[in-house]
Amino acid sequence: MKHSIKHLIASVAVGLGIASAPFAQAEEPLKVGFVYVGPIGDHGWSYQHDQGRLSIEKHFGDKVETTYVESVPEGADAERVIRNLAKAGNDLIFTTSFGYMNPTIKVAKQFPKVKFEHATGYKTSKNAGNYLSKTFEGRYVAGFVAAKKTKTNKIGYIASFPIPEVIRDINTVQLALNKYNPEAEMKIVWVNSWFDPGKEADAANVMMDQGVDVILQHTDSPAAMQAAERRGQFAVGQASDMSSFGPNAHLMSVVDEWGPLYIKRVQQVMDGTWKPESYWGGMAEGDIVVPEFNNVSDEIAAEGKQIIADITSGKFFPFTGPIKNQKGEVMVAAGERMPIKDLLGINWYVEGVQGDIPK
Amino acid sequence: MIKLVPRGERSRAMAYMSPVFAGMLTLLTGGIFFATLGLDPLHALSVFLIAPVSDIYGIAELCVKAAPIMLCAVGLAVAFKAQVWNIGAEGQLLMGGLVGSAVALQFGEAEGFWILPTVLISGMIGGGLWGLLAAWLKTRFNANEILTTIMFNYIALYLLLYFVHGALKDPDGYGFPESALFSDAATLPILIEDTRIHIGILFALFASVSIWVLMQRSFIGFQIKVLGADANAAKLAGFKHKHLVWIAMVISAALAGLAGASEVTGPIGQLIPSISPGYGYAAIIVAFLGRLHPIGILFASILMALIYMGGELAQIELNLPLAVTALFQGMLLFYLLACDVLINFRIKLKTAATNAAMGN
Repeated sequence: MKHSIKHLIASVAVGLGIASAPFAQAEEPLKVGFVYVGPIGDHGWSYQHDQGRLSIEKHFGDKVETTYVESVPEGADAERVIRNLAKAGNDLIFTTSFGYMNPTIKVAKQFPKVKFEHATGYKTSKNAGNYLSKTFEGRYVAGFVAAKKTKTNKIGYIASFPIPEVIRDINTVQLALNKYNPEAEMKIVWVNSWFDPGKEADAANVMMDQGVDVILQHTDSPAAMQAAERRGQFAVGQASDMSSFGPNAHLMSVVDEWGPLYIKRVQQVMDGTWKPESYWGGMAEGDIVVPEFNNVSDEIAAEGKQIIADITSGKFFPFTGPIKNQKGEVMVAAGERMPIKDLLGINWYVEGVQGDIPK
Repeated sequence: MIKLVPRGERSRAMAYMSPVFAGMLTLLTGGIFFATLGLDPLHALSVFLIAPVSDIYGIAELCVKAAPIMLCAVGLAVAFKAQVWNIGAEGQLLMGGLVGSAVALQFGEAEGFWILPTVLISGMIGGGLWGLLAAWLKTRFNANEILTTIMFNYIALYLLLYFVHGALKDPDGYGFPESALFSDAATLPILIEDTRIHIGILFALFASVSIWVLMQRSFIGFQIKVLGADANAAKLAGFKHKHLVWIAMVISAALAGLAGASEVTGPIGQLIPSISPGYGYAAIIVAFLGRLHPIGILFASILMALIYMGGELAQIELNLPLAVTALFQGMLLFYLLACDVLINFRIKLKTAATNAAMGN
């Protein structure tokens, strides 16, 4: 009851536009809120963000208090949820899907004392930063493993939406195929969803009917992994370690490790050193991890580990020229690395990808 | 043993009492349910049902959430009264949002009081035409409108995705599937400062009154009701069946289209891939919950909006997972519908003697 009275007073204060003192005092725990686009049980994107949340709790113990809201639609509802989290006294709020970008920026303006971190977007403001992980680094390794593993020379790719992040990763896989197995062709199926186990399984099955024997995905459920397991084929997991869903099918997973970044951000807010920035971390920062290789020969695993080591050390960068587009025009000159800005907005396929980007 | 015995006529008392019973049963079961989860039941229920509307912003949000549901539901009530089963409010809403957005973006940064009405009317036309397609298929080919409207929902969604990923994409948006933000002239005015309540709620209320007048006071409304109650009687009376189907469909579809246009020009402010979290489907439940009457629909859509918002707050305040909040929402709807049985049936407790007498 005490709690709700406090809440009521706080909300009235906010409603009247009275600037209230910072919610967190030294002895009070820092409150951290999370907004997820899927259920935390998706075993992919949202699950992995929730693992990041749990790692904050583990790392800071009593010094933090975390809250999450799951399955928040990317529409008119998002703004209210983010605002309610800010109103409930959260000091730092992570909004973990692209569609929350504009609502996050809007709410950030209304709550200047609260810090906001938005995943996968590009806008920043005085108290809102954004962050993204270089999934393409892991995806390159996946392309390498697929190139080596396929017997039918047909790779399947389940794609969500034709946004730069997804186009970029399709390109990386193709670059790996071009290098390690130019004979292999990649089939792409767009399911227009981040999380739809039914559609993802259908896509996997259709591709396997067409002779695909390794499936990659940029969607979040383990349905394709399970389908591959049932049919004795192979698959690469996305976002979280999906090995348990296909003991015989799992080659590797491109895992988003949000914990280190989240712990760092919480620490910065506690220390008062937090600044809004556009952050893009990959293997070097420990944000993208390939925990293990399964069901591949020792040579493939060893070479895969070497590629990971080279990407981590910066010796190798997947988008190094010469890179041509589908028409054969040189987009990145030999030996040059594609600039970050171009990578962030990439909207063309590299040479070798079949078909067009859906418009 | 409990037995349901049909009443001779509908119970008037029960028509009013059934929602009250449902509410009480929900509170009771919900309280027990929250208590077993180790929560203070009173606090949990107040977070669900009172906290969301404990300040101006909350009440404004309730209206923001209820407006599109109400617009779709009052329109659907007209169609359902005519026994035209329009399940396609969702698709009609999406088409309204799509067409409205396309028009809004054409104006760029232009100014003018006429821009917003043009955008909204385009949305209504977009939604209305989408509904008319199904009406035409029904009257011309006798195609079942339940199936066609459901299928049109998917076509509308993919059309919207096609445009938001293509022609209507923000050229400065790094290729992300979102349109540019609409200009102020193409955005619904806000009613209360520092909230998101926009004039869309007035459209919903105005639509409710208009529909009530139409159904209760106009000849068209009378014809629609006769058609729904007894198609043969309507035929004998010389009412034009096809016309009525078209009218019922276009009214419901245009209102859904207006809901879509109000969402993109209101709380969202741009065209995005997911402009509706299923308002068109929720409106079907709301229409029946409100007994196809504008006043009932008003309350039902507010209730629906409230339990959505309560669900969000329960996650924030009580750390309950979404599944638990969905369970609570489901329970409320279940009781509301279950208690409606009492309007047409009486509960009779069967004793052993009557069992024996009936040969059971």
